[in-house]
Amino acid sequence: MAEASLPADATAPPEMPRRAGSSTLLRVIRYTGLRALALFVTVVIGVYLTVLIANMGGAVDNIRRAQIREGVAMYLSMDQEVRQLSLAERNELAAQFIAVAEKRFGLDQPFAVRSFRFLQNALTLNLGRAEHLTSDSGSRQVRDIILERLPPTLVLFATANLFLFIFSVSLALFLSRKYGSFLDRVIIALSPTSAAPAWYIGLFLILFFAAIWGVLPYGGMVSAPPPKETVAYLLSVARHLILPVSAMVLSSVFSSTYSWRTFFLIYSSEDYVEMAKAKGLTSRDIERRYILRPTLPTIITSFALMLISMWTGAIILETVFNWPGLGRLFYSAINIYDTPVIVGETVVYAYLLAVTVFVLDFIYVLVDPRVKIGGGRETA
Amino acid sequence: MSSFKRTLQQIARYPSAVGGTIVILLVIGIAFYAMITIPYSEAIRLWRGGEEVWGEYPKNAHPTYTDWFTKEKLPRSIVINSVDNPAVVKTAVGDPEVASRQIITYTFDYAYDGFPKEIVIFMTALFPEKRPHASILWITPDGREIRMGDMSVRTSETFRPGQDARLQRRLGGLSAEVGLFAQPDAETPTPLKGTYQMVVDVDLFEPNSNVEAKLVIHGQIHGLAGTDHLRRDLMVALLWGAPVALAFGLLAAMGSTITTMIIAATGVWFGGWVDGAIQRITEVNMILPFLPILIMIGTLYTRSIWVILSIVILLSIFGSAIKTYRAVFLQVKEAPYIEAARAYGASNTRIIFQYMIPRIIPMLIPQLVVSIPTYVFLEASLALLGLGDPVLPTWGKLINEARSNGALFQGYYYWMLEPFVMLMLTGLGFATLGFALDRIFNPRLRGL
Repeated sequence: MAEASLPADATAPPEMPRRAGSSTLLRVIRYTGLRALALFVTVVIGVYLTVLIANMGGAVDNIRRAQIREGVAMYLSMDQEVRQLSLAERNELAAQFIAVAEKRFGLDQPFAVRSFRFLQNALTLNLGRAEHLTSDSGSRQVRDIILERLPPTLVLFATANLFLFIFSVSLALFLSRKYGSFLDRVIIALSPTSAAPAWYIGLFLILFFAAIWGVLPYGGMVSAPPPKETVAYLLSVARHLILPVSAMVLSSVFSSTYSWRTFFLIYSSEDYVEMAKAKGLTSRDIERRYILRPTLPTIITSFALMLISMWTGAIILETVFNWPGLGRLFYSAINIYDTPVIVGETVVYAYLLAVTVFVLDFIYVLVDPRVKIGGGRETA
Repeated sequence: MSSFKRTLQQIARYPSAVGGTIVILLVIGIAFYAMITIPYSEAIRLWRGGEEVWGEYPKNAHPTYTDWFTKEKLPRSIVINSVDNPAVVKTAVGDPEVASRQIITYTFDYAYDGFPKEIVIFMTALFPEKRPHASILWITPDGREIRMGDMSVRTSETFRPGQDARLQRRLGGLSAEVGLFAQPDAETPTPLKGTYQMVVDVDLFEPNSNVEAKLVIHGQIHGLAGTDHLRRDLMVALLWGAPVALAFGLLAAMGSTITTMIIAATGVWFGGWVDGAIQRITEVNMILPFLPILIMIGTLYTRSIWVILSIVILLSIFGSAIKTYRAVFLQVKEAPYIEAARAYGASNTRIIFQYMIPRIIPMLIPQLVVSIPTYVFLEASLALLGLGDPVLPTWGKLINEARSNGALFQGYYYWMLEPFVMLMLTGLGFATLGFALDRIFNPRLRGL
């Protein structure tokens, strides 16, 4: 929110003569490759940190060991034959059982060694088996559980963000033309409301539209039982989408419109815009070629930052709306301490963030000519 | 000092800034009021105590201002204790040295248009060996006498007429809360207004025995804020949420913004590997999913609000803001006055803290103010996920409890709206002020 209103590019690259097309392509590829490599290293470090935190630096192992010991003791105390044995024999048997169980969980190796195996598994998305949760199809593989939950999250996010982006950019352009008008002032006055996160606005919408007026559902993705025909199913999903999407859009539309409108205003007072106006170009051309074009990198940056904060904010939004996506999975995993799922999801989130940053960089290359010319220079 | 005064004058010219400041001062006032009238330990006792703290409060009672919006007068709670109370007539019959009888009469007016939520009679008895026996009689304004129940009283006894099946049968199938107050032959039960009496007739079988009883009639409305499912007065949490939210927001915003600035300045000044390392750490940190990590720490380590606060600061230090500051510092570093400082031999610390950082403070202040609500809401978000501080009552915890106890489904909207309004006031106050400050300190935006 705060970042969105500030331009971040002070390292303006020096003027360079334009080179041949093939060389530009090469530079783009080299730049992309370098960025991908750097991001990969970043992801490795990030995931390793996640693994360390999730295992409490090995403290989870102690809990596991205690659980195993308790389980073995329970099991042996139930067994009639074991009761006949002497104390020493019983202890020896228990030790054997514990050793086997610990080996099965890999607890016989030191944590430092296993943490790297965790890292390797996490990076290859070999996320292991959940302790309690199962996917709807009955699988206990964390990967299956997560893959099953990914599409609803993507549907929600794609809808909300596309709508948000298109709507705010066009509204911002419109306002920069009509600046000082009543609508403009309303948007400025409303922009501080974006301090409220999407879940907050979501609860508000639920309160009015579901609880008091009863026109829209409280949450969920389809009505129960799900309609059989595809069209009815899609309509039901669309109906359930209205509130969460509005919550996401409302929580950031005012501030992003406000900051982008300000950008457009700053850029439309540049000399070359005046020049274009003097030349008698249509306002549509001026907007597209002289205002939108130079502001696009900044807009994309601020949009991507918003996207990043939304990815993780979804945990609460999906919980509030009972949306069967990644966020709610995370929430239910927390509630029953399902560590593999928590770690797996955090890793997936790290990947999603990395992909977002990478795509941002890539788009940046496409829209910012300075990157194309300057090669692998630092941007954003 | 005059520049400070000039800034204040500029702020005063923006109505939004003035409005924001007033709201912030209001919230700060509430915070101080809460901390002075209800000390920390008292707040925790009121919020986490037990039956003895909330016993006299009704369950899920609406706030008293609900009365203003309805034509009917909703019942409030009536509490009458037999100990030292002029409204209670206590007569002893017979010789107290031997067996005797106590008659405790409670008289009260009931002039409300609704039925109470619950009736509870708490009795305490003193006796050497044999339990006293009590029979309770209810006398309505029109003179009907209803036998409520008979019981032998233990040292501490709670009688809930509403759960007594025999009494319900005697009242013609109506529950005690309705039946005891209803007009005898109305189609739909309507409360009978007037003076009611309850008579507790106690037989004491031993000398030195005594029985005291407290009549509690739980109303439908209570206090300025209402109560929750555990009969707690929401006011405590609403008031105490303010200092918690302000402390969390201010500390997190100041801690992270100022540290970020110092780190960015240091990185830019020294350049080379220091700058590189800071940049790399920032990139790693941007990939780290912020909220999931906070949630993991809340789940696996501790829920203490202060630990979470430090983690929040730690994770926000290397946020995207560092890149913004870096960009500005890169320009500042090339400024002639820095070169002059270097020429006369100023130390690195002096240049960073005395020359570079003061330069961007105008840019920093709006950002700091704007980021406060983000952290206030972050605390609420964590509480909503059930990771709120275990002891302190906060706004987020209220919302979480309201949500998980179905406040929306059952129509207890006040329960969710009250913390909502407090959060909105705090968030909007800081955000409005921050936006206005941004325009004041950022000359490029001034005309826009």
